[in-house]
Amino acid sequence: MASLKTLLTKPWIWSFAGALLVWLATIAFTGGYGAGGMVTAALSLAVFTVIVGVGQMFVITLGPGNVDLSLPANIGLASAVAMKVMGGSDAMIVVGLLAALACGAAIGAINYLLIWALRIPPIIATLSASFIIQSVDISYGRGLQIKPPPGFADFTNWQVLGIPVLAMLTVLFTIGAAIALQRMIYGRSVLAIGQNIRAAWLAGVNVGRIRFLTYTLSGALGGIDGALLAGYFRGANVDIGNEYLLASIAVVVIGGTSVAGGKANVPGVWGAALFLVLLLTMLNTFGVSAGVRLLLTGLIIVGVITAAGGEKAVR
Amino acid sequence: MTATPIDNGFKGSAARNAAARARLLRALLPALSLALVLAAIAWLNPRAISYFGFSLMLNLAIPIALATIAQMFVIAGNELDLSIGTFVGFVGCVTATWLKDAPLIGVLILAGSIGIYALLGALIHLRNLPSIVVTLGMSFVWQGLAILVLPKPGGKAPDWLLAIMSFKPLFIPFPIIAALLIAAVVHFGLMRTSYGVILRGSGGNPAALRRAGWSLLKTKIVLFALAGLFGVLSGMALIGITTSADANIGNGYTLLAIAGVILGGGEFVGGRVSPIGAVIGALTLALAASPLLTFMHIPPDWQVAANGAILIIVLAARVLISRRER
Repeated sequence: MASLKTLLTKPWIWSFAGALLVWLATIAFTGGYGAGGMVTAALSLAVFTVIVGVGQMFVITLGPGNVDLSLPANIGLASAVAMKVMGGSDAMIVVGLLAALACGAAIGAINYLLIWALRIPPIIATLSASFIIQSVDISYGRGLQIKPPPGFADFTNWQVLGIPVLAMLTVLFTIGAAIALQRMIYGRSVLAIGQNIRAAWLAGVNVGRIRFLTYTLSGALGGIDGALLAGYFRGANVDIGNEYLLASIAVVVIGGTSVAGGKANVPGVWGAALFLVLLLTMLNTFGVSAGVRLLLTGLIIVGVITAAGGEKAVR
Repeated sequence: MTATPIDNGFKGSAARNAAARARLLRALLPALSLALVLAAIAWLNPRAISYFGFSLMLNLAIPIALATIAQMFVIAGNELDLSIGTFVGFVGCVTATWLKDAPLIGVLILAGSIGIYALLGALIHLRNLPSIVVTLGMSFVWQGLAILVLPKPGGKAPDWLLAIMSFKPLFIPFPIIAALLIAAVVHFGLMRTSYGVILRGSGGNPAALRRAGWSLLKTKIVLFALAGLFGVLSGMALIGITTSADANIGNGYTLLAIAGVILGGGEFVGGRVSPIGAVIGALTLALAASPLLTFMHIPPDWQVAANGAILIIVLAARVLISRRER
């Protein structure tokens, strides 16, 4: 009983409970049909949200006002870069992935450069950057119809015993992110900056470097995500990243990370991503129209954040 | 985030004069950027600087300016509205359907949506929620509602709205008159009335306002309701120009509106906003995004990038000025 009580105080438990509830509601509707397949599909789709969600989580943890709005444009451009570099050939998969990673990391670095050089809030910096990236992508990716190499497409869809391999790798990655957050100097510095940037600076944290690393990390994860999405959905697309603006922020907040910064939660990102994907699956299973689906998704996000409540932001 | 200069009394008069000049320059920056864009257009295509040219080039500036003002009210209270674009789209869909076919119900729906905005302000204040997440969620709600109201592009603007938006006054093009009117009305309300000061103060120093006995809940509700009101006006103006609607028609306005406020000299925190600046910012974006690029023979692909580049250039200029201000 005591262990259950400690479990209930964990902020991430609610997102998993929500995901479970939505899943149960859906299989109750279908009469148990497709219960396993739904989990497989949810895992493979949640992966993409988790990867960018972790990047966004580190950024948001830096404190109020820190958010990466350039992720959708970043994902779109990286997907095009990856497909073009791979050029449909299996031999170029690794090079393509590295190119997407480098493209994303460069965007992240530029984001921080704007924040630092223009001394503007990150929201405006990432917003102006995303305007420009979007145009570069439209111009660069125009009429791009390169299919991903067969080996890469198979890899992103590869399953072992009904569990997507990509999901397993992403679990390993999130464990690494959790260790980096809680046990490494980098993560502790991010948390310290989020709690009180001035105190962190006085304590000798290299604030500028940590913020630079965090924005670059978020950008790099966006880049990788773009490449993987292009593999999974068989091709790059300007709009491929659009839904990840809301999704990346929503999973961070629903997952129990404090929007005021200084408090992060990695498992919650997984729970929240599964919750969002399963929610969409449920609404699709119920056969609601696109309008109702959007309406309910929005209402549920507002409802969840209202129920979770905000903490007093320290400004 | 630039720190406000503090007069410590030890500065020499020369330094004070320099600071005052820098502050003036900073206040003039939005107007200067607009003048620069206009000069570029005049140089590239002198014929565009005419009654007809301005009517055409600035046509879409009215809804953008109204959406920018809406965003400005939210930013004045230290919040951010990421749903204004889809809200404008929703209003557009209602305008092209209900407002034309059943005006009474249409008006009720639009009034109700302003009420929802007011409620959001209350919710954000009472539960101390991050406005970014709440409004991001709401952007889905508005989009969903827009699709439910108008599943396929179409509908038709009410005739009286078409008449207003195609009004052709003598000598001065309608968009310019409308922009002046919007700027004047909002400037008076927010900068010159005593409650306007309270509204801006709720973003500048909420703790002080609370101690002075003002209700922060009320200021937040008023700011969000005003944002809703101007969002409604923006959606209606947009449909008056395009004559028919589409559920996605306003999506680009969210980012345009934020950019407009910042271009116009607004700050993200601290209640430092400028209605006149915001309208000028919106006009600059409207002109730079499409007419300027067309005259420079740059493909429309780079329209969005032009907005980003202008934003960065103006912010860089602001940093240079602020450095002197110190």
